[in-house]
Amino acid sequence: MERSKKVEFWNGVRDEAPLLLGVAPFGLLYGALAMSAHLSILAGQAMSSIVFAGASQLIAAQLIASSTSAVVIVLVVFVVNLRHALYSASVAPHVRWLSTPWKVLLSYLLTDEAYAVVITHYNKEGDSGNQHLYFLGAGLTLWSGWQLSSLVGILIGAQIPPSWSLSFALPLTFIALVVPALKDRAAVAAALAAAVLGVLGFGLPYKTGLLLAALVGISVGLLLEGRAQAGTPLSSVGPEGGTK
Amino acid sequence: MSTWLLILCAGLLTFGTRLSFILLLERIRVPDWFRRGLRFVPVAVLSAITLPELANLGGKLALSWHNAQLPAGIVAVLVAWRTKNVFLTILVGMAALYLFKGILGLF
Repeated sequence: MERSKKVEFWNGVRDEAPLLLGVAPFGLLYGALAMSAHLSILAGQAMSSIVFAGASQLIAAQLIASSTSAVVIVLVVFVVNLRHALYSASVAPHVRWLSTPWKVLLSYLLTDEAYAVVITHYNKEGDSGNQHLYFLGAGLTLWSGWQLSSLVGILIGAQIPPSWSLSFALPLTFIALVVPALKDRAAVAAALAAAVLGVLGFGLPYKTGLLLAALVGISVGLLLEGRAQAGTPLSSVGPEGGTK
Repeated sequence: MSTWLLILCAGLLTFGTRLSFILLLERIRVPDWFRRGLRFVPVAVLSAITLPELANLGGKLALSWHNAQLPAGIVAVLVAWRTKNVFLTILVGMAALYLFKGILGLF
């Protein structure tokens, strides 16, 4: 069933909105950190709109405060954000028929929080209708929330007491999106391997532990899926048509 | 390098990373396992983010029952599994966190 552009857009806004509860405390914290790193108000806000990637902005602000060389900071931001290449590969098949300006716009909006919501939607609804408007709605919602919370953090500091633990809403949202996607053994194994390795790699610098854990999780999923298919009699394999 | 150049370079690299496969995947030939692997990207990456986040207490790894985020996370997994409802998972998960923090505060 194809929904109108307007309906898809507002569904994206609606589904992304709860994540702002978890994102806002991060934005406030970033804004406050940017100020303590003696960035100008304009530069602090520009980082939120030009880099637009929470974790890497927090790290960059800390490194700027400790007078790390700019080249090193740029490289660190790049490494911290490498996981977005996985998101890019993952949504690519769903946006392949869009025009280049659309691809550019949606790429700019491809954050962790938008990706989590958008890929869930694509997996449920397919990509033959107006789902890119859903992507736009979700992406713009997160974008607005991030810009606004950064600005408030820059102007008046991190106002929400940490004891409220509002940022806990983010891992909760990811749980809510991942658990229903665990439909077969390969997916469960991929999630478990990635989660355990993520904890083991906790001490590794600049989120490299996260990236490694994700890659191992994907490999574990592939291996198990391959074995399951090899064991299928007459190899009448799945919907992806893996026998080509 | 000025701060502005830093922000611009960091932004371009981040944007380039996000654009990479969206622009290239249809133009390059990738092996079959690569395409099959894409199905596991959401569960793997989001799990790799989430469990360390639950175990993270003020920047330190805390895999113990003194970390209320862990039991609250388990409650959230159960709610997500039974209801498939994002909003309810957040609501019950936050309530569970406050509850476990309160209980732990008694000891």
